[in-house]
Amino acid sequence: MFVTIELAMLHADLDAFYASVEQRDDARLRGRPVIVGGGVVLAASYEAKAYGVRTAMGGARARRLCPQAVVVPPRMSAYTEASAAVFDVFRDTTPVVEGLSIDEAFLDVGGLWRIRGPAPGIAAQLRRDVREGVGLAISVGVARTKFLAKVASAVAKPDGLLVVPSDGELAFLHPLPVERLWGVGEVTAAALRRRGIQTVGDIAQLGPSTLTSILGKAAGRHLYALALNRDPRPVEVGRRRRSIGAQCALGRGPRSSEDLDAVVVSLVERIGRRLRRARRVSRTVVLRMRFGDYTRATRSHTLTEATARTEDLLDTVRGLLAAAMPLIRARGVTLIGVALTNLGGDGAVQPALPFDERPSGTLDASIDDVRDRFGSAAVTRAALLGRELGPAVPLLPDRPR
Amino acid sequence: MKFRLDRDVLADAVAWTARTLPNRPTVPVLAGLRIDASDGQVSFSSFDYEVSGRVSLDADVADGGTVLVSGRLLADIAKSLPNKPVDLHSDGSKVTITCGSARFTLLTLPVEEYPELPELPAASGTIEGTAFAEAVAQVAVAAGKDDMLPTLTGIRIEIEGEKVTLAATDRYRMAVRELTWQPGRPDLSAIALVPARTLVDAAKTLASSGQVTVALGGDSGDSLIGVAAGGRHTTSRLIDGEWVPNYRRIFPTETATVARVEISTLIESVKRVALVAERNTPVRLSFDEGQVVLEAGSGEDAQASEALQAEVDGPAIATGFNPTYLLDGLQALGTTFAHLSFTETPMKPVVIQGVDSAESEPDGGYRYLAMPIRLSG
Repeated sequence: MFVTIELAMLHADLDAFYASVEQRDDARLRGRPVIVGGGVVLAASYEAKAYGVRTAMGGARARRLCPQAVVVPPRMSAYTEASAAVFDVFRDTTPVVEGLSIDEAFLDVGGLWRIRGPAPGIAAQLRRDVREGVGLAISVGVARTKFLAKVASAVAKPDGLLVVPSDGELAFLHPLPVERLWGVGEVTAAALRRRGIQTVGDIAQLGPSTLTSILGKAAGRHLYALALNRDPRPVEVGRRRRSIGAQCALGRGPRSSEDLDAVVVSLVERIGRRLRRARRVSRTVVLRMRFGDYTRATRSHTLTEATARTEDLLDTVRGLLAAAMPLIRARGVTLIGVALTNLGGDGAVQPALPFDERPSGTLDASIDDVRDRFGSAAVTRAALLGRELGPAVPLLPDRPR
Repeated sequence: MKFRLDRDVLADAVAWTARTLPNRPTVPVLAGLRIDASDGQVSFSSFDYEVSGRVSLDADVADGGTVLVSGRLLADIAKSLPNKPVDLHSDGSKVTITCGSARFTLLTLPVEEYPELPELPAASGTIEGTAFAEAVAQVAVAAGKDDMLPTLTGIRIEIEGEKVTLAATDRYRMAVRELTWQPGRPDLSAIALVPARTLVDAAKTLASSGQVTVALGGDSGDSLIGVAAGGRHTTSRLIDGEWVPNYRRIFPTETATVARVEISTLIESVKRVALVAERNTPVRLSFDEGQVVLEAGSGEDAQASEALQAEVDGPAIATGFNPTYLLDGLQALGTTFAHLSFTETPMKPVVIQGVDSAESEPDGGYRYLAMPIRLSG
């Protein structure tokens, strides 16, 4: 006999993750407003958020809002370590964990009912385990679906637990402001507010046709479905990445083509290594750009055959960059990103004819080896000396097959 | 300017000249087709800074002159005219085309803004048109199509006196064709990298004109190739950059196993079996005494297999190929049997050549090299 366990979905989200790690590791920072990142704000503690400091805000503006804040440089390796410890707790809780990013995950605890009891109890225990084992505050939402669990964890912040009973879902959802729905950012929220739509309940009452006329077809239908609480997605364990990418924000001001070349070389070195470590190959290379006027553009190129060789990837990115140079010269560039998509396993790859005397791929493999043993900075290209990018933002590990 | 031409002659000339016109020209005048008339001769030309084309014809020229008109429009008009003499007449900024009772008036484009066409370089030598077109098509199958790797989109032409060697590769296969021609001087030695698409098109459209003149001009400024026959010529800029260095080294020197298979049955079989091969998965070929077994697919998906008769000399060998790369080579051979030579290890490239029977030895005139895919498990 099956017991239907309706409340089975947990969304666990670490509070002000980077800033909390800093406060955990340095007693002097506790209880004080903390900003991580000197340039752009990478994270702000709740004390700083109270002054209006937000992630991704310019550093100067953040310091104006909160002059007494302590600004600390990011320690990416500490965050990676803390995240790994938290994910260990997740996996001790349930085998069905879908990591969304370094600091949040869905956990399906439906199968644990017989051994561990109902989901709210498991969620409370999870919060205690993370607090005691890793020393960090984590907010958890418990609900029947992923969507409600994620909304609930956001409402529960900071350091809270919120359970949405299955017979009270609409009652929970409808009074919330529209921003709580996935996909509603500042622009959409403003568009809705101009028409007097404040809450999720307002959206549900509006009906799909009015909504699509305001927001467009896809977004309108999406929001309407969410407002009616329709979201049947299951937890996907070990979901494989569909792309591997890295980006680098650049200060304003003109950039020489040598500077830009150094940036893409660093980015390609970094993602090439990640691609090979995940034992994957890529066929489509994407160059992303943000310009001085905040507009964005992407340029992509699909190769004849998939590859994991840094040299091939770099040739392609350089080609895309060269083609985009007129645009960059005209508008100025403030961000460059490179993403590898169209990924496949590295099992069945068409090898190239041996054009070089040395076997192909040996250089990449040797450099990867050296970096694995002695750190990323152990070997670098001469062109990159003195031009190293900032630390890589920690990410969930790319899973090999 | 005023002249008369037969409808078919005009339509042919205009269609050939207009075929390389850019669809989206960087400057409007490049969409133009230039018409020059003087002393019983009319010529039509096009140019996009990379490729130029020019046809010269005998015609009844009443008044000489030069005009530039929209190439696409002229080509469309010329091919739809009735089969009667066509009169072309320019007056100020207009060109009037009259044919029977049909009459068209076109606006001219500013010919003074049109770029100077490159001169056809001095002839390097001549070659029979159909043989040249066949050879170019045989190597072009291996040329790269990725514009990010421009040097691999070219056909390398190497001339040593009477011997011409054409070669192309996209890194996964390579095709090399050797042929003889009539060089302008016996000690001629030259190397050029020509855009494959342009060379295929030029060789194909000039194939029926008998002897084709090939002209390489690399000494002054822009390096160019010109291909000319029957009053038509095309020029193309060469590709800059180094092609695969010392490429002959890539062909294996030792051979362990040789297989000879009838081409048409092998092609049919590869196509059938490849239906179940997913992208990036090989068609597997196992050569053993008297036969080759083709297989594709895996236990988790659909599978296919087929056995064909084959003459196999040497130890049994199993290897796998991207079916497209294998088919491209087999289809380019143009003979009855394929001669495949393998080294001892299945991960070295295979050399495919054409032979006339299951007993004959290849003459080395055309060699297609393909890199196998590693067989899993």
